[in-house]
Amino acid sequence: METKNTRLTKNHLELNARMVTFSGWNMPVQYSEGIIAEHNHTRNKVSIFDICHMGELRITGDGAADAMELIFPRSVTSQKVGTCRYNFLLTDTGTVLDDLIIYRMDNDDFLVVVNAGTKDGDILRLRELLPEHIKMSDDSDSTAKIDLQGPKSGETLVNMGFTKEELPGYYKWINTKIAGESVLLSRTGYTGEIGFELYCNAEHAEKIWNYLLEQPNVKPAGLGARDTLRLEMGYPLYGHEMNTETTPIEAGFGGMLKLDNNRQFPGCKQLRNGAPTKQLLGIITEGRRAAREGAEITIDEKHAGIVTSGAFSPSLGVAIAMGSFDPSLSLSPGKKVKLSVGRSTINGTITAMPFYEKGSVRISI
Amino acid sequence: MRKFTKDHEWVKIDGDVAFIGISSHAANELGDITFVETPEEGTDFIVGDALAVVESVKAASDIYAPISGTVKEANPALEDDPGMINSSPEENGWICKLENFDIAEMDALMDEDVYRTYLKDS
Repeated sequence: METKNTRLTKNHLELNARMVTFSGWNMPVQYSEGIIAEHNHTRNKVSIFDICHMGELRITGDGAADAMELIFPRSVTSQKVGTCRYNFLLTDTGTVLDDLIIYRMDNDDFLVVVNAGTKDGDILRLRELLPEHIKMSDDSDSTAKIDLQGPKSGETLVNMGFTKEELPGYYKWINTKIAGESVLLSRTGYTGEIGFELYCNAEHAEKIWNYLLEQPNVKPAGLGARDTLRLEMGYPLYGHEMNTETTPIEAGFGGMLKLDNNRQFPGCKQLRNGAPTKQLLGIITEGRRAAREGAEITIDEKHAGIVTSGAFSPSLGVAIAMGSFDPSLSLSPGKKVKLSVGRSTINGTITAMPFYEKGSVRISI
Repeated sequence: MRKFTKDHEWVKIDGDVAFIGISSHAANELGDITFVETPEEGTDFIVGDALAVVESVKAASDIYAPISGTVKEANPALEDDPGMINSSPEENGWICKLENFDIAEMDALMDEDVYRTYLKDS
């Protein structure tokens, strides 16, 4: 399959980005200042990220809400118009096909924002589960997505002319204009800081990107920083912390699911009755060396789990990881583990997530 | 005299020691370096052996011995400041010093201008 470019590829190259292929897309992993500088800038100020690779599906039609209530493990009908909700698309056995965010645009009108690599499978699965009269369109090609993230992101929007009152609250969205163009603006993100996600007509991506870059304190950040920022927050990345072999409970989201008998969705029986076969936990290490995905985790020289994501944490100055553990070990924070890296092992300690606790994500603007 | 390998290591002979490091091209390609596993003093390496590991935010890379020799010293500054390989890859960011090497092995490596041309062509 040919690698796809976003509407902003030319802009990234002008900014000396290093490009990599991610889920079939040619994306900036970093710009000239590097991942650590971009990470720190996002923690302290405000960054913009090209997230055009993600997919946008629109589900509409009489009864769409009721139909979706029977598909998604978290309630859709209880979600108010104007809000966003993190949710999952599951297999019949309750494992994760995708993690996604549902925007309720109107009573029977939803925007579903999905991962790039899983979009095609999501469409097939949703089409299979949705009644025929419910419409689903793939608006990904005509939609651009730019994330504005960092403790100063609200201030940036205020400098652009918004009042604090009109900006959306946490996990809410508004329709508005930026640089004279229509955008959907939500108070959501993947960095652990105050942040917004902007969706606009793909034709206007470049204009809005450039307008945001002209604002004080705003710099571009790539997928490298996006990954270390999300890892410090303990946020899962599809394909790493969750996949079709993992249920949302096994990925640590059991607390989000209301599994009472009134709720019916694919896999609900398995989630209600099945015993988890793994448990996702955070690990903090003693040094700068990182254990990477796939590294074995041992306790007293016995296999205890596998690293799902691991990297040096720029904010903490040590390496951190998430790992999938055998739940029968009943591990809790403070437990010492060993992680295999190359020809040696490093010492780690199970720790509560987020790893980074100073994130501004829920602070009001 | 500084010479380079196809894998982007460099060697610089200074009297009876050989400084080993990675080229500025390699440092730039790796991005922010977060950790360096340096070899232990007194360890013998044969040309091509994995000598050190350089980790960036995204990945870990083996560094191979460009010539054979015995480790005289690893760069102590890299423990607290591995980013020195980014800021000064071909000077202060050296990885280790070797002794007991055979200078004839240098003949197999590229001179600086040959290496720069090799980069352009690859």
